[in-house]
Amino acid sequence: MVSDVAAPPVKGRGTRGPGGSIALHGALIVASLVAVFPVAWLILTSLKPRDAWQSSTVTLFDSPTLANYVQVLGETGFPRWLANSLIVAALTTVIGVVMSASTGYAVSRMRFPGFRSVMWMLLITQMFPVAILIVPIYNLLAGLGLINQFPGLVIAYLTSTVPFCAWMMKGYFDTIPTEIDEAGRVDGLTHFGTFWRLILPLSKPGLAVAGFYSFITAWAEVAYATAFMTGDDKYTLAVGLGQFVGQHKAEWGLLTASSVLIAVPAAVVFLLVQRHLVTGLTAGATKS
Amino acid sequence: MTTQVVDGSAAGAPARGRARRPKGGRGGGSVLARHWYAWAMCAPVVIVTLVLVGYPLVRGVYLSLTDATEANMGRTIGMNVIPSTYEFVGLSNYTAIVTSAEFLSRLGWTVVWTVVCVALHYGIGLGLALMLNRPLRFRSAYRLMLVLPWAVPAFVSAFIWRYLLNGEYGVVNAMLRAVGLPGVSWLDDPLWAKVSVITVNVWLGVPFMMLAILGGLQAIPREQYEAAEVDGATPWDKFRHITLPGLRPVASTVILLGTIWTFNQFPVIYLVTRGGPGGSSEILVTYAYRQAFEGIRNYSGSAAWGVLILALLVILAVGYRRALRRQGEAW
Repeated sequence: MVSDVAAPPVKGRGTRGPGGSIALHGALIVASLVAVFPVAWLILTSLKPRDAWQSSTVTLFDSPTLANYVQVLGETGFPRWLANSLIVAALTTVIGVVMSASTGYAVSRMRFPGFRSVMWMLLITQMFPVAILIVPIYNLLAGLGLINQFPGLVIAYLTSTVPFCAWMMKGYFDTIPTEIDEAGRVDGLTHFGTFWRLILPLSKPGLAVAGFYSFITAWAEVAYATAFMTGDDKYTLAVGLGQFVGQHKAEWGLLTASSVLIAVPAAVVFLLVQRHLVTGLTAGATKS
Repeated sequence: MTTQVVDGSAAGAPARGRARRPKGGRGGGSVLARHWYAWAMCAPVVIVTLVLVGYPLVRGVYLSLTDATEANMGRTIGMNVIPSTYEFVGLSNYTAIVTSAEFLSRLGWTVVWTVVCVALHYGIGLGLALMLNRPLRFRSAYRLMLVLPWAVPAFVSAFIWRYLLNGEYGVVNAMLRAVGLPGVSWLDDPLWAKVSVITVNVWLGVPFMMLAILGGLQAIPREQYEAAEVDGATPWDKFRHITLPGLRPVASTVILLGTIWTFNQFPVIYLVTRGGPGGSSEILVTYAYRQAFEGIRNYSGSAAWGVLILALLVILAVGYRRALRRQGEAW
């Protein structure tokens, strides 16, 4: 079940016979099952009694209960971690989008000394491995007294979201005709006025995608959060969840329930914006 | 109206070499007066990047040339300030790493991990995209289901898979036993642990590739296929000579992104196998992280690993930019 993720690629196009249809639907059904099964199993497990995950016989569904959810919400740090994650992700998103939009506009519309350096900087910083930055950032934040503080974590996240969002916003702005800018300036708007009053309102889908990306990055980040957030009351979800299945205990019932609580809102929003997300990521390449 | 604004054609792709040098010397006016607007708009990001990435980077490179660990790093305990006592040791961290067996085995596994994952991402994504690009019933339902793995936050998926692959209680082994096969200790055997993390990462990464390639497929003009059909081309010919070349712009972007993401993929390894068993599924990034934050924190060693990782990725980026230039991307 696990290793046969690969569905045979079907090549070519044109008409196909009934055999071809069966093969096509068969392959897609298998692939869809592989894609959906882990998530479905997660939801089923979360609805079983707390210790049911330890049964060695696999039952699809027995004595469904919301006990795991009640316990997660009432007796663990989950609500606190959720609030922490929301604070960090919201701050990262707002600050990151504001900064990256103006830079994205500048590199999309203007050619200026240093343009190429800025483009290089945006590309290269995206590929910085966490390992090289984490210790110096840790020391920098420790010097500022920001370890185990939300602003510290937000600053760390901005290092990865801002260059990427600026890159994405450039791709989006490139798709907006420059005639609009020219019209704005004919009407006496400054560059910034053009950007602020004309281009930004037209870029809401792009802004939404950049915002979504920032949010998800902060929402799901593990390495920085594990290293920087040392107190139980400052954990984000990604760190807190690990506590359920640590070295000495394994509370898969609680873990699955909280996973569902985290994944469902994220997945709903995601499915709404995913089309734009891909366009944004590959905009520079597809517009040729 | 002083900053030079790109006209329509230069904002698009086929402006080969156009931005090589900004056009200077047109009219009078100082450079500052002409470009302050663009600079002002870039300033926040540039400053933030320099402070938060540039400074740590420089400091990371510096640390990699010292013998700093948690023990000799300066710190403040209450009112007492303990000064740093680490020393400059030149390149010895690097020589120690490059000559160690650990480096070669980590690098080898990281390369295998990246190549296998990206190849499977692209291959499976291409296959699914081709299927979804046909006239088909239930197409949007399939699409929705196939995108689901991307919609779930990666750390949640990592936990899900750790549970599915659990040797005793995992559903994967339960299925194997149900058809009479022995269970596999997915996460506790060095080889199977590698298979497991690759599987998980492939599961996570295929939807993005699939959607990106689907977008690329839809951008290929239909007339090309019609013309080929008139010429009697077989489906394979069309795939080989129209589809694959037509996908190249998208492919180059997503393969580069995929390579970088996979190379730096932290949560999958860290959360599914914790790098185990015995460090066998540890890639460069998780290894360097563990150096820095577990046991006696080896800051200098971790920084040196980080610099090496970055160097590998920069080489990749230079190659990528060359490829982009050949296709006419301007900068």
